[in-house]
This record gives sequence, C-alpha cells and structure tokens, in this order.
Amino acid sequence: MGDRGKFLGILLGLSFASIIMTQQPGIFVGIMTRAFSFISDIGIADIWVADPMVKYIDDSKGMPSTMLYRVASVPGVDWAKPLYKGNIQARMLDGNFQTCNVIGIDDATMVGGPLRMVEGNVADLRQDNAIIINKEGADDKLAHSPRYPGGPKIPLKIGDVIEVNDNRAKVVGIAKTTRTFMSMPVIFTTYNRALTFAPPQRDFLSFVLVKVKKGEDIQKVKQKIKNVTKMGVYTRGEFEDLTVNYYLKYTAIPINFGFAVLLGFLVGAIIAAQTFYSFTLENLKYFGVLKAMGTQNSTLLKMILLQAGTVGALGYGLGLGGTFLFSLYVGQEGMLAFRFPWQLLVFSFCGVLFITLLSALISIRKVITLEAAIVFKG
Amino acid sequence: MAKITPQNHTVLCKDVKKTYTIGENRVLALRGIDLEVRSGELLMLVGPSGCGKTTLISIIAGILNYDGGSCTVLDNSLEILSEVEKNRFRAKNIGFVFQAFNLIPSLTAAENVAVPLIINGMERLLAIDQAKELLKEMGLEDKVDSDPKNLSGGQQQRVAIARALIHSPRLIVCDEPTSALDGETGHKILELMKKIALKEDRALIVVTHDIRIFPFADRIAMMEDGKVTRVVNSYKDALKNEEEKIITGNK
Ligand SMILES: Nc1ncnc2c1ncn2[C@@H]1O[C@H](COP(=O)(O)OP(=O)(O)OP(=O)(O)O)[C@@H](O)[C@H]1O
Ligand SMILES: [Mg+2]
Repeated sequence: MGDRGKFLGILLGLSFASIIMTQQPGIFVGIMTRAFSFISDIGIADIWVADPMVKYIDDSKGMPSTMLYRVASVPGVDWAKPLYKGNIQARMLDGNFQTCNVIGIDDATMVGGPLRMVEGNVADLRQDNAIIINKEGADDKLAHSPRYPGGPKIPLKIGDVIEVNDNRAKVVGIAKTTRTFMSMPVIFTTYNRALTFAPPQRDFLSFVLVKVKKGEDIQKVKQKIKNVTKMGVYTRGEFEDLTVNYYLKYTAIPINFGFAVLLGFLVGAIIAAQTFYSFTLENLKYFGVLKAMGTQNSTLLKMILLQAGTVGALGYGLGLGGTFLFSLYVGQEGMLAFRFPWQLLVFSFCGVLFITLLSALISIRKVITLEAAIVFKG
Repeated sequence: MAKITPQNHTVLCKDVKKTYTIGENRVLALRGIDLEVRSGELLMLVGPSGCGKTTLISIIAGILNYDGGSCTVLDNSLEILSEVEKNRFRAKNIGFVFQAFNLIPSLTAAENVAVPLIINGMERLLAIDQAKELLKEMGLEDKVDSDPKNLSGGQQQRVAIARALIHSPRLIVCDEPTSALDGETGHKILELMKKIALKEDRALIVVTHDIRIFPFADRIAMMEDGKVTRVVNSYKDALKNEEEKIITGNK
C-alpha cells in the first residue's frame, strides 16, 4: 500500500532523526576528544602528576619544583620530566595583545614537544629566546595586521620576533597541533625559558610527566607516587577521563548536545509516527478488507512491521549517508571535530529503531482493534 | 428448486438478534431474524434504509458478532468459532463484493484478485497466474496489470467479483454491488455473477435497493425494522410490495 508523498514524509522524518542523532553526538565526541588531545598527544608519558585541585588539562595550579625530584625517586619510575602549561600575554608586532597557551617542555629531552612540525625543528628550541608556534595561531591570531584594511593577514614566520610577557621571543618553528578546545594560539618553549616568560607566582611546575620502567605495573607505580607525593596522580587514560568528565559536569556542552539530540529524536519521531499513522488511517478501509477476507492479525502485524522496517532502514541509511557527506564537507574546513565510534552508530540505530517500532506500534494497535465489519460501511 | 434439507442450505439463521451499543445509546438492529439461504440460489435482501440488511450479512459472513439466536453457515455454528478459526473459515468459504469495490489501490488488478489465494497460503506468483486466468475469462485480459484507478467502475466491480470468486468460496455476500454503477452496467454485473458465480453448491446473498436487478433473484427476502417480514419467489411479488409502500408512503 503506497502513497509516495506519505512515504517521503516518513522517510524524511526518519532521516532527519537519524542525521541529528548521529551528527550531534559525533560533534560532541569530537569536541571531547579535542579536549584531551593535548594529553593523548604526549603519548610517551604513562603517568601525569598534578596538583590535587587540578580538574582538567587546561586547569593550571603549580606544584613546588622539588616535586619533580620526589616523583623521580619513586621506585619503578624510569624518568620524570617537568611540564609548564599556562596562559601568558603575548604582544605582537603591531602592539596588540593576545593571550597564548605557553607550553614549557623539558630542556634536555623535549618531552611534551609538538609532534608534527610544519617548518623548523623541535631541537631549534635550544637557540636563544626560541619559541615554536602552532600553525593556526601563526596564521590567524598571532599574524601581522593586513597591509591594507580588509586585506589578508600576514602569517607569522620563522625569524619573526614577538614579545611574551615583555620578553623577546624568536619564532624558530611552526608546529601542527591538534585543535584544542580553547582556540588560543599555542607557544612551545623550553621549561626554563617558560619560567622566565611566566608572571611571578609561587610554584611553576604544572605537571610532572612520568615514564614507568619496563615491566613495572603502571597502576602500582601510580599508587606509590600518590602515597609519596599526596598529589593528583593519574594514568594517561584516567587524566583524559578526568578532563572529559569535567567538561561533562561543569559546562553546558553536554546539555546543549543532549538537547539537540532529544529534539531531533522527538521531531523525527513525531513526523515519522504521525505520518505513518495517518497513512495507516487512510488505508484502514483496506486493512478492513483484508481482515474480512480472513487475514489473521499476526499477518497484518508482520505486514506493518515490514513496511515500518523498510522505511526505517532506508531512513537510517539516508541519515548516515547525509551525516558522512556533511562531515566530509565540514571536516575539511577543520572547524568542527567529528568522531563516529561504533557505539555512536549503535546509539543512533537504536534511536531510529525505537521511532520505527513506535510508529508501527501505534498503527498496529489501530489495525488489530479494527472491526472487520467496517468494510460494509459506506 | 432445491429441496430444503440440512445438507442443501448454506445459511440457517434462527432468531438472530443484534444490539449496537454506543455509550448510553442502544440500537436494536436485528430483532430475531429467521432466514434460510439455499445452496445454488441467489437470494436478494431488500428493505428500507436502516432495517438491518448490512448488519445481517455481516453476521452471516462472520465479520460481526451477534448476541442472540443461532447462525449456521456451511454447517459451522458461528458462535462457537474462535476469532482465529473464524478468520480461517472466512478465508476459505466466503467471498465479498462491496458497493465501493474496495480494490487495494497499490496493487494491480491481478494482484488484487490473487489476495484471497495468498491469504489461504498459496505462493504469490502462482496465485497471480490463476488470477490472470480468471480475469481473462471475465473479459479483462488487457487489464490484468492495470492499477484499479485506471479502470472504469464496471471494470473495477468485475475485478472485485473475480476477487470474490478466485478461491471458490461457497458463500458470496454482496452489499449494494450495483448502486455505484449505471443501470446498464449494473445489469451486466448481475448477469456475470449469475453466470459464473452461481453453482450447485454455492449461494449468493445480494443486498440491494436497486429494483432493476430484482429479476436476477431466485428468492427475495424482505426486511423491515430488524426482521425478515416476507420471503417471495418472484420479483413481481416483491415489486408489488414496494409499490404498495410507495403508494401508502410507508417507507
Ligand atoms: N456500528 C454501528 N453502531 C451503531 N449503530 C449501528 C451500527 N451499524 C448500524 N447501526 C444501526 O443499526 C441499524 C441497522 O443498520 P444497517 O446498516 O444494518 O441497515 P441497512 O439496512 O444496511 O441500511 P442501508 O440500506 O442504509 O444500508 C440502523 O439503525 C443503524 O443506524
Ligand atoms: Mg447497508
């Protein structure tokens, strides 16, 4: 029993729900992944040590510098390196100020340094006053003003000099970093130089990065460090979770996305179920005819489920297709993060399945309770 | 005319009663119907609007429950059949023809005709083949793959009749089969029904207001206010009665 308009309506509702329920969580997961990308990028560190008050990666509270040696002396620790992470004002050539995320990495080993360089070398940080800037920052927020109003900004390049908190800093490299949650420019430099950049404060040591000795149990070493230092000690995975949980708990982001998903689900469900139902109502007479001719209820049930299942599968497929096209298009621009772990696909599949079953169920109820005797009514 | 023995009646209704209840309102639609439909006959059911004709054939066809009396169709007591059994009984034994044809719009003519066979468990393609054969017999050879909406009223009703006959049911019930058609087409439809539907072991019940088709009846049962008042053997008797009513204004 087909009616093209209705069919398209149902399909539209289901695809819509499918798109929203896949795409919105996709962006959400993407953003969450970005939130801890800095942690995952420093893959070499097994354990992160921070002030116990630190709740997420961009939360800086310094520890006394002696903490580095206390951690390093815990049995099972292969090495421990300092990491400075803080927001510092930089003054650009045109005199404007811009807050930057400054990362100070261990002078000797460069642990925590950028993974991919666009230009220059990480080792060039050993030069006087050297800094490495991330590509987005160099191209946009730290770039020179356009030559003429409305013209293109002139990217910062190797050899350029800016001032970081009144200290001369020379650009020796451009790095590609994973887009972070905060879209602040990122400045890499050595740990000791970062301390000279940083405004005076009591304790500078943001994190201690720990490599566990081969064969040692990470959890056990973590516990030992915790016992000795009484600091916040996390494995890499735990610190990522901590960061994500912080955003989940203390920001409106999950609520916004949850709301969008719920809205997509509801709108899709209403369109699909309502259209499917009105389609059933329109064809009620024919269901009556089939009933009068002796069709069993179980057969009618299967018919409706099959119809609903078919549009459900089509709608889900179209929705996924639409989402992937969209993410390809937007993904190239680099503005939005998309991640589609399989759990997410299962999630949206269940959503569409639920809508489909709901639509079918309302119709099935109507058809099952239908009196076959209506066939003789005008 | 066949003899009246238990073996050769198709339908036997005794004191059948039916009350419709809508909220507080109760409508006594059948007040004790006694009616026999014999095998091999075309029985017409006539009477004023609202007298209970549709209610009665719905009960006889097993698509409506009644609340008193007994109704035996093809030796089955309808009141003791479960819903599932009743469905199976209808699928096998009853053919339906409606005033509004009620062909399923998304199926072709042949597919519509094949539906009762499929309901009875026949494989789909085989059923459609048989449906095409029957439509051919009925002169609709070139319409087998047409959508119902592309057929004239008379053609649609012929397809509907084919659908009512395809599974060789032993009772065919028709509610106002000609009232949506012009006189000439209605006449042809009845001719066709008599010719191919009526067999020795089959009965047809036709509910109608259409005086023009009365001559096709073997017997005519006249109803009034929920009762069968008279069964006549000739349409002339029935017409006389109708005329009386018109003259006396007793409608
Ligand atoms: N589903 C129903 N609910 C309530 N009352 C009903 C229902 N169907 C029929 N009736 C009432 O029962 C009585 C008999 O109706 P029925 O349809 O059997 O008459 P009919 O002889 O077929 O009339 P018509 O010639 O107009 O088709 C009428 O008074 C009608 O209003
Ligand atoms: Mg009627």
